[in-house]
Amino acid sequence: MDDSVKYKATLGKSPVISIKGLNKSFGENVVLNDFNMEIFEDENLVLMGKSGSGKSVLIKCVIGLMEPDSGTIEVLGRDIITLKQQEMDELRAEIGFLFQGSALYDSMTVRENLEFPLRRHRNKMNGNKTKDLVMEALENVGLAHTLDLMPAELSGGMQRRIALARALILKPKIIFYDEPTTGLDPITAKEIILLMLDVQKKYNTSSLIITHDVDCARVIANRIILLYEKTNYAEGTFTELSTSSDPKVKAFFK
Amino acid sequence: MVGNFPIAANLISFFTEIGALSHFAGRFFKELFSRPFEFREFLRQCYQMGNKSLVLVGITGFILGLVFTLQSRPTLLEFGAVSWMPSMISISIVREIGPVIIALICAGRIGSSIGAELGSMKVTEQIDAMEVSGTNPFKFLVVTRILAATLMLPILILIGDLVAVIGSALVENVKGDVSFLLYFNQVFEALEYSDLLPATIKSFFFGFAIGLVGCFKGYNSSKGTAGVGKAANSAVVFTSLLLFVLDFIAVFVSDVIYG
Repeated sequence: MDDSVKYKATLGKSPVISIKGLNKSFGENVVLNDFNMEIFEDENLVLMGKSGSGKSVLIKCVIGLMEPDSGTIEVLGRDIITLKQQEMDELRAEIGFLFQGSALYDSMTVRENLEFPLRRHRNKMNGNKTKDLVMEALENVGLAHTLDLMPAELSGGMQRRIALARALILKPKIIFYDEPTTGLDPITAKEIILLMLDVQKKYNTSSLIITHDVDCARVIANRIILLYEKTNYAEGTFTELSTSSDPKVKAFFK
Repeated sequence: MVGNFPIAANLISFFTEIGALSHFAGRFFKELFSRPFEFREFLRQCYQMGNKSLVLVGITGFILGLVFTLQSRPTLLEFGAVSWMPSMISISIVREIGPVIIALICAGRIGSSIGAELGSMKVTEQIDAMEVSGTNPFKFLVVTRILAATLMLPILILIGDLVAVIGSALVENVKGDVSFLLYFNQVFEALEYSDLLPATIKSFFFGFAIGLVGCFKGYNSSKGTAGVGKAANSAVVFTSLLLFVLDFIAVFVSDVIYG
Protein backbone atom coordinates (compact mmCIF):
# COMPACT_ATOMS: atom_id res chain seq x y z
CA MET A 1 0.00 0.00 0.00
CA ASP A 2 1.22 3.49 -0.83
CA ASP A 3 2.58 5.53 2.08
CA SER A 4 0.13 8.41 1.83
CA VAL A 5 -2.81 6.01 1.53
CA LYS A 6 -1.66 4.22 4.70
CA TYR A 7 -1.42 7.56 6.48
CA LYS A 8 -4.82 8.79 5.26
CA ALA A 9 -6.42 5.55 6.47
CA THR A 10 -5.90 6.69 10.05
CA LEU A 11 -7.05 10.30 9.63
CA GLY A 12 -10.12 11.34 11.57
CA LYS A 13 -9.88 8.41 13.97
CA SER A 14 -9.81 8.97 17.69
CA PRO A 15 -6.61 8.47 19.69
CA VAL A 16 -6.17 5.27 21.71
CA ILE A 17 -3.00 6.53 23.35
CA SER A 18 -2.25 10.15 24.13
CA ILE A 19 1.00 11.23 25.77
CA LYS A 20 1.56 14.83 26.77
CA GLY A 21 4.66 16.50 28.24
CA LEU A 22 6.23 13.24 29.40
CA ASN A 23 9.46 13.52 31.39
CA LYS A 24 11.54 10.66 32.73
CA SER A 25 15.01 10.70 34.28
CA PHE A 26 17.22 8.20 36.07
CA GLY A 27 19.11 10.32 38.57
CA GLU A 28 20.97 12.95 36.57
CA ASN A 29 20.35 11.14 33.30
CA VAL A 30 17.37 12.69 31.49
CA VAL A 31 15.87 10.09 29.15
CA LEU A 32 12.64 11.74 28.00
CA ASN A 33 12.05 15.47 27.99
CA ASP A 34 8.62 16.90 27.13
CA PHE A 35 7.71 13.96 24.91
CA ASN A 36 4.33 14.11 23.14
CA MET A 37 2.65 11.45 21.04
CA GLU A 38 -0.74 10.16 19.93
CA ILE A 39 -1.66 6.80 18.44
CA PHE A 40 -4.97 6.50 16.62
CA GLU A 41 -7.38 3.61 16.13
CA ASP A 42 -6.12 1.01 13.61
CA GLU A 43 -2.84 2.86 13.27
CA ASN A 44 0.63 1.31 13.13
CA LEU A 45 2.92 3.91 14.64
CA VAL A 46 6.64 3.22 14.42
CA LEU A 47 8.98 4.77 16.94
CA MET A 48 12.58 4.99 15.77
CA GLY A 49 15.62 6.25 17.59
CA LYS A 50 19.20 5.43 18.50
CA SER A 51 19.96 2.67 21.02
CA GLY A 52 19.60 4.08 24.52
CA SER A 53 17.45 6.97 23.33
CA GLY A 54 14.61 5.98 25.66
CA LYS A 55 12.25 4.07 23.35
CA SER A 56 11.90 1.08 25.68
CA VAL A 57 11.57 3.43 28.68
CA LEU A 58 8.71 5.17 26.89
CA ILE A 59 6.87 1.93 26.16
CA LYS A 60 7.37 0.78 29.78
CA CYS A 61 5.93 4.08 31.03
CA VAL A 62 2.89 3.61 28.79
CA ILE A 63 2.24 0.07 30.06
CA GLY A 64 2.80 1.12 33.68
CA LEU A 65 6.02 -0.82 34.26
CA MET A 66 7.80 2.46 34.99
CA GLU A 67 6.49 5.62 36.55
CA PRO A 68 7.15 8.86 34.65
CA ASP A 69 8.46 11.90 36.55
CA SER A 70 5.76 14.13 35.08
CA GLY A 71 3.33 14.39 32.17
CA THR A 72 0.12 12.57 31.30
CA ILE A 73 -0.42 9.22 29.60
CA GLU A 74 -3.95 8.32 28.53
CA VAL A 75 -4.58 4.82 27.26
CA LEU A 76 -8.06 4.05 25.90
CA GLY A 77 -9.27 7.22 27.61
CA ARG A 78 -7.87 6.36 31.05
CA ASP A 79 -5.06 8.26 32.72
CA ILE A 80 -2.73 5.43 33.69
CA ILE A 81 -0.84 7.44 36.30
CA THR A 82 -3.93 7.75 38.49
CA LEU A 83 -5.14 4.16 38.03
CA LYS A 84 -5.24 1.75 40.96
CA GLN A 85 -3.49 -1.62 40.58
CA GLN A 86 -6.71 -3.50 39.80
CA GLU A 87 -7.80 -0.91 37.22
CA MET A 88 -4.33 -1.06 35.68
CA ASP A 89 -4.55 -4.86 35.44
CA GLU A 90 -7.96 -4.55 33.76
CA LEU A 91 -6.54 -2.04 31.29
CA ARG A 92 -3.59 -4.34 30.57
CA ALA A 93 -6.04 -6.98 29.34
CA GLU A 94 -6.69 -4.59 26.43
CA ILE A 95 -2.99 -4.33 25.62
CA GLY A 96 -0.66 -6.92 24.11
CA PHE A 97 3.11 -6.66 24.49
CA LEU A 98 5.69 -8.42 22.35
CA PHE A 99 8.98 -8.21 24.24
CA GLN A 100 12.31 -7.85 22.49
CA GLY A 101 13.60 -11.24 23.65
CA SER A 102 10.12 -12.84 23.45
CA ALA A 103 10.06 -13.22 27.29
CA LEU A 104 8.36 -16.63 27.18
CA TYR A 105 8.22 -18.26 30.61
CA ASP A 106 10.90 -20.88 30.20
CA SER A 107 9.63 -23.14 32.98
CA MET A 108 6.28 -23.51 31.20
CA THR A 109 5.24 -25.25 27.98
CA VAL A 110 3.92 -23.27 25.01
CA ARG A 111 0.37 -24.20 26.09
CA GLU A 112 0.96 -22.94 29.65
CA ASN A 113 2.54 -19.75 28.32
CA LEU A 114 -0.56 -19.04 26.29
CA GLU A 115 -2.94 -20.04 29.06
CA PHE A 116 -1.20 -17.74 31.54
CA PRO A 117 -2.87 -14.42 30.50
CA LEU A 118 -6.20 -16.25 30.10
CA ARG A 119 -6.03 -17.64 33.64
CA ARG A 120 -5.30 -14.14 34.94
CA HIS A 121 -7.90 -12.17 33.02
CA ARG A 122 -10.55 -14.77 32.15
CA ASN A 123 -10.42 -16.96 35.23
CA LYS A 124 -14.06 -18.00 34.92
CA MET A 125 -13.54 -19.34 31.40
CA ASN A 126 -14.11 -23.09 31.07
CA GLY A 127 -11.40 -25.52 30.00
CA ASN A 128 -12.71 -26.11 26.47
CA LYS A 129 -12.97 -22.41 25.71
CA THR A 130 -9.42 -21.90 26.98
CA LYS A 131 -8.20 -24.78 24.81
CA ASP A 132 -9.95 -23.34 21.75
CA LEU A 133 -8.45 -19.89 22.29
CA VAL A 134 -4.95 -21.34 22.72
CA MET A 135 -5.32 -23.35 19.50
CA GLU A 136 -6.72 -20.34 17.64
CA ALA A 137 -3.80 -18.17 18.75
CA LEU A 138 -1.29 -20.84 17.75
CA GLU A 139 -2.95 -21.38 14.38
CA ASN A 140 -2.80 -17.62 13.76
CA VAL A 141 0.98 -17.82 13.97
CA GLY A 142 1.19 -21.20 12.19
CA LEU A 143 2.63 -23.13 15.14
CA ALA A 144 -0.22 -25.36 16.34
CA HIS A 145 2.18 -28.35 16.51
CA THR A 146 4.33 -26.73 19.23
CA LEU A 147 1.61 -26.91 21.91
CA ASP A 148 3.48 -29.16 24.35
CA LEU A 149 7.03 -28.02 23.61
CA MET A 150 9.16 -25.97 25.97
CA PRO A 151 10.39 -22.52 24.78
CA ALA A 152 14.00 -23.80 24.83
CA GLU A 153 13.04 -26.35 22.15
CA LEU A 154 11.98 -23.60 19.72
CA SER A 155 14.06 -21.46 17.36
CA GLY A 156 14.33 -17.69 17.91
CA GLY A 157 11.77 -17.01 15.16
CA MET A 158 9.33 -19.57 16.56
CA GLN A 159 9.71 -18.10 20.05
CA ARG A 160 8.89 -14.66 18.66
CA ARG A 161 5.76 -16.04 16.96
CA ILE A 162 4.64 -17.81 20.13
CA ALA A 163 5.22 -14.57 22.04
CA LEU A 164 3.05 -12.81 19.47
CA ALA A 165 0.36 -15.48 19.92
CA ARG A 166 0.51 -14.89 23.69
CA ALA A 167 0.25 -11.11 23.18
CA LEU A 168 -2.82 -11.66 20.99
CA ILE A 169 -4.67 -14.25 23.00
CA LEU A 170 -6.81 -11.72 24.87
CA LYS A 171 -7.64 -10.00 21.57
CA PRO A 172 -6.18 -6.67 22.69
CA LYS A 173 -7.07 -3.30 21.22
CA ILE A 174 -3.45 -2.11 21.30
CA ILE A 175 -0.22 -4.04 20.76
CA PHE A 176 3.27 -2.87 21.67
CA TYR A 177 6.14 -4.40 19.75
CA ASP A 178 9.60 -3.89 21.23
CA GLU A 179 12.14 -4.57 18.45
CA PRO A 180 10.06 -7.36 16.88
CA THR A 181 12.63 -8.30 14.23
CA THR A 182 15.88 -7.83 16.16
CA GLY A 183 18.11 -10.90 16.15
CA LEU A 184 16.17 -12.67 13.41
CA ASP A 185 17.39 -13.62 9.93
CA PRO A 186 15.90 -11.54 7.06
CA ILE A 187 13.42 -14.24 6.01
CA THR A 188 12.08 -14.84 9.52
CA ALA A 189 12.01 -11.07 10.10
CA LYS A 190 9.86 -10.69 6.99
CA GLU A 191 7.54 -13.45 8.22
CA ILE A 192 7.12 -11.64 11.53
CA ILE A 193 6.37 -8.34 9.76
CA LEU A 194 3.72 -10.02 7.58
CA LEU A 195 2.26 -11.64 10.66
CA MET A 196 2.04 -8.23 12.35
CA LEU A 197 0.16 -6.86 9.33
CA ASP A 198 -2.20 -9.86 9.36
CA VAL A 199 -2.89 -9.31 13.04
CA GLN A 200 -3.64 -5.66 12.46
CA LYS A 201 -6.07 -6.51 9.67
CA LYS A 202 -7.76 -9.38 11.52
CA TYR A 203 -8.22 -7.73 14.91
CA ASN A 204 -8.18 -4.01 13.92
CA THR A 205 -5.54 -3.31 16.53
CA SER A 206 -3.53 -0.16 16.98
CA SER A 207 0.19 -0.81 17.27
CA LEU A 208 3.21 0.97 18.66
CA ILE A 209 6.31 -0.54 17.13
CA ILE A 210 9.81 0.19 18.33
CA THR A 211 12.33 -0.78 15.72
CA HIS A 212 15.67 -0.02 14.10
CA ASP A 213 14.69 -2.10 11.10
CA VAL A 214 14.09 0.31 8.21
CA ASP A 215 12.44 -2.42 6.11
CA CYS A 216 10.04 -3.16 8.95
CA ALA A 217 9.22 0.54 9.30
CA ARG A 218 8.70 0.92 5.53
CA VAL A 219 6.28 -2.02 5.28
CA ILE A 220 4.30 -1.54 8.46
CA ALA A 221 4.23 2.16 9.43
CA ASN A 222 1.27 4.45 8.87
CA ARG A 223 3.33 7.07 10.61
CA ILE A 224 6.83 7.29 12.10
CA ILE A 225 8.08 9.29 15.08
CA LEU A 226 11.78 9.85 15.50
CA LEU A 227 12.90 9.96 19.11
CA TYR A 228 16.03 12.06 19.20
CA GLU A 229 17.63 14.30 21.81
CA LYS A 230 15.15 13.00 24.43
CA THR A 231 12.01 14.15 22.58
CA ASN A 232 9.92 13.61 19.44
CA TYR A 233 12.30 15.17 16.94
CA ALA A 234 10.50 14.43 13.69
CA GLU A 235 7.23 12.89 12.56
CA GLY A 236 5.78 11.83 9.23
CA THR A 237 5.24 8.98 6.81
CA PHE A 238 8.13 6.75 5.77
CA THR A 239 8.54 8.64 2.48
CA GLU A 240 8.48 12.04 4.17
CA LEU A 241 11.14 11.10 6.70
CA SER A 242 13.36 9.03 4.42
CA THR A 243 13.54 11.90 1.94
CA SER A 244 14.00 14.55 4.61
CA SER A 245 16.75 17.11 4.07
CA ASP A 246 17.61 17.06 7.80
CA PRO A 247 20.86 15.05 8.07
CA LYS A 248 19.90 13.78 11.55
CA VAL A 249 16.66 12.32 10.19
CA LYS A 250 18.27 11.04 7.01
CA ALA A 251 20.89 9.16 9.01
CA PHE A 252 18.25 6.74 10.27
CA PHE A 253 17.17 5.69 6.79
CA LYS A 254 20.56 5.06 5.19
CA MET B 1 34.81 10.60 50.75
CA VAL B 2 33.65 7.15 51.86
CA GLY B 3 35.44 5.73 48.81
CA ASN B 4 38.74 6.51 50.53
CA PHE B 5 37.81 4.16 53.38
CA PRO B 6 37.04 0.75 51.90
CA ILE B 7 35.95 -0.70 55.27
CA ALA B 8 33.44 2.13 55.77
CA ALA B 9 32.18 1.71 52.20
CA ASN B 10 31.77 -2.05 52.73
CA LEU B 11 29.95 -1.51 56.00
CA ILE B 12 27.58 1.01 54.42
CA SER B 13 26.93 -1.36 51.53
CA PHE B 14 26.35 -4.27 53.96
CA PHE B 15 23.83 -2.33 56.06
CA THR B 16 22.12 -0.96 52.93
CA GLU B 17 21.72 -4.57 51.79
CA ILE B 18 20.33 -5.59 55.18
CA GLY B 19 17.88 -2.66 55.01
CA ALA B 20 16.75 -3.65 51.51
CA LEU B 21 16.40 -7.30 52.60
CA SER B 22 14.26 -6.26 55.59
CA HIS B 23 12.06 -4.16 53.31
CA PHE B 24 11.75 -7.15 50.96
CA ALA B 25 10.76 -9.37 53.91
CA GLY B 26 8.20 -6.76 54.99
CA ARG B 27 6.69 -6.78 51.51
CA PHE B 28 6.52 -10.59 51.67
CA PHE B 29 4.40 -10.49 54.85
CA LYS B 30 2.20 -7.76 53.40
CA GLU B 31 1.54 -9.69 50.17
CA LEU B 32 1.24 -13.07 51.94
CA PHE B 33 -2.21 -12.27 53.32
CA SER B 34 -3.63 -10.41 50.32
CA ARG B 35 -5.62 -12.02 47.50
CA PRO B 36 -5.27 -13.74 45.07
CA PHE B 37 -3.47 -16.75 46.57
CA GLU B 38 -1.29 -18.57 44.07
CA PHE B 39 -1.94 -22.12 45.37
CA ARG B 40 -1.05 -23.88 42.14
CA GLU B 41 2.37 -22.24 41.91
CA PHE B 42 2.91 -22.77 45.65
CA LEU B 43 2.26 -26.51 45.29
CA ARG B 44 4.55 -26.65 42.24
CA GLN B 45 7.30 -24.98 44.25
CA CYS B 46 6.77 -27.39 47.18
CA TYR B 47 7.22 -30.26 44.74
CA GLN B 48 10.29 -28.66 43.12
CA MET B 49 11.96 -27.93 46.45
CA GLY B 50 10.78 -30.89 48.48
CA ASN B 51 10.69 -33.84 46.15
CA LYS B 52 13.66 -32.83 44.06
CA SER B 53 15.90 -32.21 47.10
CA LEU B 54 14.97 -35.51 48.74
CA VAL B 55 17.75 -37.67 47.23
CA LEU B 56 20.42 -35.07 48.02
CA VAL B 57 19.17 -34.67 51.60
CA GLY B 58 18.92 -38.45 52.01
CA ILE B 59 22.46 -39.11 50.81
CA THR B 60 23.83 -36.25 52.92
CA GLY B 61 22.00 -37.47 56.03
CA PHE B 62 23.08 -41.07 55.53
CA ILE B 63 26.76 -40.17 55.08
CA LEU B 64 26.54 -37.76 58.02
CA GLY B 65 25.26 -40.55 60.28
CA LEU B 66 27.85 -43.02 59.03
CA VAL B 67 30.82 -40.68 59.36
CA PHE B 68 29.76 -39.21 62.68
CA THR B 69 29.41 -42.68 64.22
CA LEU B 70 32.65 -44.00 62.71
CA GLN B 71 34.56 -40.96 63.99
CA SER B 72 33.03 -41.03 67.49
CA ARG B 73 33.31 -44.78 68.04
CA PRO B 74 37.03 -45.06 68.88
CA THR B 75 36.85 -42.25 71.48
CA LEU B 76 33.75 -43.68 73.13
CA LEU B 77 35.35 -47.17 73.13
CA GLU B 78 38.42 -45.75 74.86
CA PHE B 79 36.24 -44.51 77.73
CA GLY B 80 34.02 -47.58 77.73
CA ALA B 81 31.05 -45.39 76.83
CA VAL B 82 30.07 -46.92 73.50
CA SER B 83 26.60 -47.68 74.88
CA TRP B 84 25.97 -43.93 74.88
CA MET B 85 26.39 -43.89 71.12
CA PRO B 86 22.66 -43.90 70.15
CA SER B 87 21.74 -41.10 72.54
CA MET B 88 24.80 -38.99 71.73
CA ILE B 89 24.39 -39.35 67.96
CA SER B 90 20.62 -38.80 67.92
CA ILE B 91 20.67 -35.75 70.20
CA SER B 92 23.53 -34.05 68.37
CA ILE B 93 22.02 -34.79 64.96
CA VAL B 94 18.48 -33.74 65.84
CA ARG B 95 19.44 -30.66 67.84
CA GLU B 96 22.29 -29.23 65.82
CA ILE B 97 24.22 -31.05 63.13
CA GLY B 98 21.26 -32.29 61.09
CA PRO B 99 19.43 -28.95 60.77
CA VAL B 100 22.60 -26.96 60.07
CA ILE B 101 24.18 -29.35 57.54
CA ILE B 102 20.93 -30.03 55.69
CA ALA B 103 20.03 -26.33 55.67
CA LEU B 104 23.47 -25.56 54.20
CA ILE B 105 22.97 -28.25 51.53
CA CYS B 106 19.52 -26.77 50.77
CA ALA B 107 20.98 -23.26 50.63
CA GLY B 108 23.17 -24.55 47.80
CA ARG B 109 20.44 -26.54 46.08
CA ILE B 110 17.34 -24.36 46.63
CA GLY B 111 18.78 -20.88 47.31
CA SER B 112 21.04 -20.85 44.25
CA SER B 113 18.29 -22.28 42.07
CA ILE B 114 15.81 -19.57 43.14
CA GLY B 115 18.46 -16.84 42.72
CA ALA B 116 19.41 -18.03 39.22
CA GLU B 117 15.82 -18.62 38.10
CA LEU B 118 14.48 -15.23 39.21
CA GLY B 119 17.66 -13.49 38.02
CA SER B 120 17.32 -14.97 34.56
CA MET B 121 13.58 -14.16 34.49
CA LYS B 122 14.42 -10.56 35.32
CA VAL B 123 17.13 -10.30 32.67
CA THR B 124 14.93 -11.83 29.96
CA GLU B 125 11.96 -9.57 30.88
CA GLN B 126 9.80 -12.53 31.96
CA ILE B 127 8.96 -10.69 35.19
CA ASP B 128 7.81 -7.66 33.17
CA ALA B 129 5.79 -9.98 30.91
CA MET B 130 4.11 -11.43 33.98
CA GLU B 131 3.17 -7.97 35.22
CA VAL B 132 1.81 -7.02 31.80
CA SER B 133 -0.31 -10.20 31.93
CA GLY B 134 -2.05 -8.79 35.01
CA THR B 135 -0.14 -10.93 37.51
CA ASN B 136 1.62 -9.56 40.54
CA PRO B 137 5.07 -11.12 39.98
CA PHE B 138 6.02 -10.63 43.63
CA LYS B 139 3.07 -12.75 44.75
CA PHE B 140 3.46 -15.33 42.01
CA LEU B 141 7.22 -15.76 42.17
CA VAL B 142 8.45 -14.53 45.54
CA VAL B 143 5.65 -15.27 48.03
CA THR B 144 5.15 -18.82 46.72
CA ARG B 145 8.87 -19.63 46.80
CA ILE B 146 9.54 -18.23 50.27
CA LEU B 147 6.49 -19.99 51.66
CA ALA B 148 7.40 -23.29 50.00
CA ALA B 149 10.99 -23.11 51.30
CA THR B 150 9.73 -22.26 54.81
CA LEU B 151 7.42 -25.29 54.86
CA MET B 152 9.65 -27.76 53.02
CA LEU B 153 12.85 -27.24 55.03
CA PRO B 154 11.52 -28.69 58.32
CA ILE B 155 10.23 -31.74 56.45
CA LEU B 156 13.54 -32.20 54.62
CA ILE B 157 15.47 -31.76 57.86
CA LEU B 158 13.31 -34.33 59.69
CA ILE B 159 13.84 -36.81 56.86
CA GLY B 160 17.59 -36.05 56.80
CA ASP B 161 17.79 -36.56 60.59
CA LEU B 162 15.98 -39.88 60.34
CA VAL B 163 18.26 -41.13 57.54
CA ALA B 164 21.34 -39.97 59.51
CA VAL B 165 20.22 -41.99 62.53
CA ILE B 166 19.62 -45.00 60.26
CA GLY B 167 23.19 -44.56 58.92
CA SER B 168 24.50 -44.46 62.46
CA ALA B 169 22.47 -47.56 63.42
CA LEU B 170 23.92 -49.38 60.43
CA VAL B 171 27.49 -48.71 61.62
CA GLU B 172 26.63 -49.86 65.15
CA ASN B 173 24.92 -52.95 63.75
CA VAL B 174 27.95 -53.91 61.66
CA LYS B 175 30.74 -52.86 64.04
CA GLY B 176 29.12 -53.19 67.46
CA ASP B 177 26.64 -55.97 66.79
CA VAL B 178 23.81 -53.78 68.13
CA SER B 179 20.39 -54.63 66.69
CA PHE B 180 18.40 -51.93 64.92
CA LEU B 181 15.57 -52.41 67.41
CA LEU B 182 17.83 -51.85 70.41
CA TYR B 183 19.51 -48.88 68.76
CA PHE B 184 16.22 -47.15 67.98
CA ASN B 185 14.83 -47.95 71.42
CA GLN B 186 17.76 -46.10 72.94
CA VAL B 187 17.37 -43.24 70.45
CA PHE B 188 13.72 -42.70 71.38
CA GLU B 189 14.53 -42.98 75.07
CA ALA B 190 17.21 -40.34 74.77
CA LEU B 191 15.29 -37.84 72.63
CA GLU B 192 13.00 -35.43 74.40
CA TYR B 193 10.40 -32.93 73.36
CA SER B 194 12.86 -30.16 74.23
CA ASP B 195 15.32 -31.58 71.65
CA LEU B 196 12.81 -31.74 68.81
CA LEU B 197 10.78 -28.58 69.27
CA PRO B 198 13.56 -25.95 69.13
CA ALA B 199 15.18 -27.78 66.21
CA THR B 200 11.91 -27.84 64.27
CA ILE B 201 11.18 -24.18 64.97
CA LYS B 202 14.73 -23.35 63.92
CA SER B 203 14.22 -25.24 60.63
CA PHE B 204 11.26 -23.02 59.71
CA PHE B 205 13.51 -19.98 60.10
CA PHE B 206 16.24 -21.68 58.06
CA GLY B 207 13.74 -22.35 55.26
CA PHE B 208 12.46 -18.79 55.41
CA ALA B 209 16.04 -17.45 55.21
CA ILE B 210 16.87 -19.66 52.21
CA GLY B 211 13.73 -18.62 50.32
CA LEU B 212 13.99 -14.95 51.29
CA VAL B 213 17.63 -14.44 50.33
CA GLY B 214 17.33 -16.50 47.11
CA CYS B 215 14.32 -14.46 46.00
CA PHE B 216 15.86 -11.15 47.10
CA LYS B 217 19.07 -11.74 45.18
CA GLY B 218 17.32 -13.05 42.08
CA TYR B 219 14.52 -10.47 42.00
CA ASN B 220 16.99 -7.60 42.37
CA SER B 221 19.73 -8.96 40.12
CA SER B 222 21.33 -6.48 37.77
CA LYS B 223 20.98 -6.81 34.04
CA GLY B 224 23.01 -9.30 32.05
CA THR B 225 24.04 -12.92 32.39
CA ALA B 226 26.84 -11.98 34.80
CA GLY B 227 24.14 -10.65 37.12
CA VAL B 228 22.37 -14.04 37.07
CA GLY B 229 25.54 -15.88 38.14
CA LYS B 230 26.21 -13.26 40.79
CA ALA B 231 22.63 -13.57 42.12
CA ALA B 232 22.95 -17.37 42.44
CA ASN B 233 26.38 -17.16 44.04
CA SER B 234 25.61 -14.38 46.50
CA ALA B 235 22.32 -16.08 47.44
CA VAL B 236 24.31 -19.12 48.66
CA VAL B 237 27.03 -17.11 50.40
CA PHE B 238 24.64 -14.71 52.13
CA THR B 239 22.22 -17.50 53.14
CA SER B 240 25.04 -19.65 54.59
CA LEU B 241 26.18 -16.74 56.72
CA LEU B 242 22.62 -15.99 57.79
CA LEU B 243 22.02 -19.64 58.72
CA PHE B 244 24.89 -19.56 61.23
CA VAL B 245 23.63 -16.29 62.71
CA LEU B 246 20.10 -17.72 63.01
CA ASP B 247 21.50 -20.92 64.51
CA PHE B 248 23.38 -18.95 67.15
CA ILE B 249 20.23 -16.98 68.03
CA ALA B 250 18.14 -20.19 68.15
CA VAL B 251 20.63 -21.97 70.40
CA PHE B 252 20.88 -18.93 72.66
CA VAL B 253 17.10 -18.61 72.97
CA SER B 254 16.53 -22.34 73.58
CA ASP B 255 19.32 -22.30 76.18
CA VAL B 256 17.52 -19.48 77.99
CA ILE B 257 14.17 -21.30 77.79
CA TYR B 258 15.23 -24.89 78.54
CA GLY B 259 18.36 -24.11 80.59
